Amino acid sequence: MVHEQSGERGDGAESASLGSYLLGFALSIVMTAVPFALAIGQRLERTALVISVVVFAVAQIFVQLFFFLHLNSSGKWNRAALAYTALLVFILVGGSVWIMYHLNYNMMER
Amino acid sequence: MFGKLTLDALPLDSPIQMAGGAFMGVLVLAFIVYLVRTRKWSYLWKEWLTSLDHKKIGIMYMVLASLMLVRGFIDAIMMRSQQAMAYGPNQGILSPEHFDQIFSVHGTIMILFMAMPFIIGLMNIVLPLQIGSRDVAFPFMNSVSLWLTWAGALLVNLSLVIGEFAQTGWSAYPPLSELRFSPESGVDYYIWALEIAGAATLMSGINFLVTILRMRAPGMTLRKMPIFTWTSLCTNMLIIGAFPVLTVTLGLLALDRYLGMHFFTNDGGGNMMMYANLFWDWGHPEVYIVILPAFGIFSEVVPTFSGKALFGYTSMVVATFAITFLSFTVWLHHFFTMGSGGDVNAVFGISTMLIAVPTGVKIFNWLFTMFRGRVRFTTPMLWTIGFMLVFTMGGMAGVLLAMPGADFVLHNSLFLIAHFHTMLIGGTVFGVFAGVAYWFPKAFGFQLDEKLGKRAFWSWLIGFFIAFAPLYVLGFLGMTRRLVHYDNPAYRPWLIVAAVGVAIILFGILNQIAQLVVSIVNREKNRDNSGDPWNGRTLEWSIPSPPPPYNFAIVPEVHGIDAFWEDKRSGSPKRPVEYVDISLPRNSVIGILIGAFSLGFGFGMVWHIWWLAIPCLIGIVAAFVARASNEDHEYEISAAEVERIELDRRARVG
Amino acid sequence: MANGTVELTPAGRDSHAGHDPAATKVFGFWVYLMSDVILFATLFATYAVLSRNYAGGPSGKQLFDLRTVLLETAFLLTSSFTFGLAVLARNASRRDFLFISLGFTFALGIGFLGLEISEFARFVAAGDGPDRSAFISAFFALVGTHGLHVTVGLLWMVVLAWRIATGGLSAANRTRLALLGLFWHFLDVVWICVFSFVFLLGV
Repeated sequence: MVHEQSGERGDGAESASLGSYLLGFALSIVMTAVPFALAIGQRLERTALVISVVVFAVAQIFVQLFFFLHLNSSGKWNRAALAYTALLVFILVGGSVWIMYHLNYNMMER
Repeated sequence: MFGKLTLDALPLDSPIQMAGGAFMGVLVLAFIVYLVRTRKWSYLWKEWLTSLDHKKIGIMYMVLASLMLVRGFIDAIMMRSQQAMAYGPNQGILSPEHFDQIFSVHGTIMILFMAMPFIIGLMNIVLPLQIGSRDVAFPFMNSVSLWLTWAGALLVNLSLVIGEFAQTGWSAYPPLSELRFSPESGVDYYIWALEIAGAATLMSGINFLVTILRMRAPGMTLRKMPIFTWTSLCTNMLIIGAFPVLTVTLGLLALDRYLGMHFFTNDGGGNMMMYANLFWDWGHPEVYIVILPAFGIFSEVVPTFSGKALFGYTSMVVATFAITFLSFTVWLHHFFTMGSGGDVNAVFGISTMLIAVPTGVKIFNWLFTMFRGRVRFTTPMLWTIGFMLVFTMGGMAGVLLAMPGADFVLHNSLFLIAHFHTMLIGGTVFGVFAGVAYWFPKAFGFQLDEKLGKRAFWSWLIGFFIAFAPLYVLGFLGMTRRLVHYDNPAYRPWLIVAAVGVAIILFGILNQIAQLVVSIVNREKNRDNSGDPWNGRTLEWSIPSPPPPYNFAIVPEVHGIDAFWEDKRSGSPKRPVEYVDISLPRNSVIGILIGAFSLGFGFGMVWHIWWLAIPCLIGIVAAFVARASNEDHEYEISAAEVERIELDRRARVG
Repeated sequence: MANGTVELTPAGRDSHAGHDPAATKVFGFWVYLMSDVILFATLFATYAVLSRNYAGGPSGKQLFDLRTVLLETAFLLTSSFTFGLAVLARNASRRDFLFISLGFTFALGIGFLGLEISEFARFVAAGDGPDRSAFISAFFALVGTHGLHVTVGLLWMVVLAWRIATGGLSAANRTRLALLGLFWHFLDVVWICVFSFVFLLGV
């Protein structure tokens, strides 16, 4: 007796279609072109540029996770693993930057 | 021709190193002679070295770890002897350069090549059995992990006779570990041994995680898994989250050393504090990687030998996850004194104190399990009780150190050394010993001698206290770690007592060796034919000892926690069974070949022998491709053969 | 409260790889990719910390050419799309379209690498190689590691194409294609972070 433990269905790509790949591609193009234009154009001041680039990056990551990596249709453990990893990345990168900023500040002469 | 390698690399001027090398050489030679005399080369090759059987791979891990325990312990004897002697005019027996290598290699070996192989070995042997599976998810990768770990260990041990080891401490902080201040081979040995072994561990982490999540027997939902399986799950989550950080950190150090980059250098804008940050971002989860499996072992031993179900199953699982999550949030406590300031230190001090709470929950659960149980004081149970006493004490020292203000006084003093040895020995080592005593009969089919086991336990327990209690005192007296010599007379008596403690531990280890020998000699007398010598509760005790290659002739169907216990209690009649053909992974030479290539690669990188390193690297890739090209990876045991094996075992039970 | 029994079912499964070996492999590969995310995160953290340590040398503003980066991005993004077409071809069991799509993917990947290597060479030739400053070391480590992953992916593509050409679209090869697809798309996701945080915000 087999029992489904995790709803795995391989890479989820069985449900892929030309339409979804095209849509993902098009969205990614837009989400790439806009931040590049903003950065090359140099019209935005720094903070606004940072926010724009980050927002488009995060959005495009989600687009690619959904349309290319089929994260929605490939089992809950894949999403759980990604969530766990994302949390760790936040702690690692955020924590390191926070710590190193303080260390560097305290090590400055003057 | 040989890169940086010349005859100068041989430690001809150091009698201790020559003796150590000679001793290792004699052991290897004796083993080879034994194989030749008994004509067991092909047996060793076919039954062990090329095997993809997780049980055998696990045992080979345990063999490595045991050898490394002795090697690391000899380093400890040397350090304790040196410190007991080297007061005032007496310079002791070790030069500073040699002493620095010894404490560096001691830490490296004990953590990476003793503790890790022990826990990975136990997970290999036990995990599939506990979840009712016939194998791990990726048996070939399992073999690769084993042999890469051996390669890393061999690389470290080669440094004893060819070149030297790092003199930087096992954490290898820059700028000392940079090329400018450590131009010799030592740090390179460290880097490549750990890169190779680290890759192996990461692979094991992935392997076991997938095994637990996808290969449990039907009916074993997560909430019905044994606690050792839960702690293994969390351990492997930690491995996957932490080991890539180590790979990068040492990789960046290598880039500095080999290609003149500036990640951690004094000049060029490097930031050496970033190394400490990254190293401990790996290093802290690492210590939880070695302790969680021990907690899991205790959670198996205590219920079995109390004759009661584990108290607080759910809170155990929650506590394990709490520890797992928190272990990623405390790493700065390893460098409170590096100067990040009060705000940052306070946050990490609080998170560090918090992590003691779930551990406390676990201790209470074990105690409540024993309460009103019928406790049997077998060797595994003794190790467990010893752990509860020792670990709690060390844990309290940890909470003390968690306060940044206190840590500023005690950082890098012997108080710190005492604390982490208490956790590692009292926790990991005692846990592994409990696990070995507990699962040895399952793996080998006969019991270990109880008397010698108990004697070993008491020697370790008493020896540990005598060796490390003085170090807590010395920490408060202000003695720094890693001292090759000192002038403060107040230190001396404590260090002599500590040396006596080490001698008692040595007696314990000798008893353990004797126990192994005696048990093997008496194995027919101590044969366990039932498969269940302890009256256990979980699935691994439901199959014969040692298990057949396929573990379970019939895949069990699970309905609750402690699946085997309920089966025994309800005495459910065994229905007549139909056996099926079972596929198992064939042996493969590729795993050990990759290990050999890695050893060559590492050695070539250390000595800049590019004509060795690069072909070996290509060889590793080629070996993987060759493996993938061949589709015929399994062999079949026919149903009739399975039936024959099973009936044969049943007959022996009688 | 434990009250279960273990029944010995007569029809035990004989597959030692669990319920679905292909899905197990795919999940295992996904878990490996998660470890690679941590690997890249460490490189990103290092870059973040060292990205202003110019040591008197050039900054990103002086080094980076955003138009080249845009072209690299176009190549890599399009190659992700063409790999998707290869997956569709696999699902439809059309080997001809599969090889064409893989071919485009490979060419675009080579284009990406070529541009990247020429940029690296340009920096080195100007004396601004990875040994110039911590900033440039961190840049080379991060972007270089990504480039190495792309190289491995391209080699894998060649080997897999060869396998499919000689052995057909077997179940094993279909699974391998799935794994390569995960790897290739993952590299594009990492590149999003690279061009955003290193290049766009670095000038």
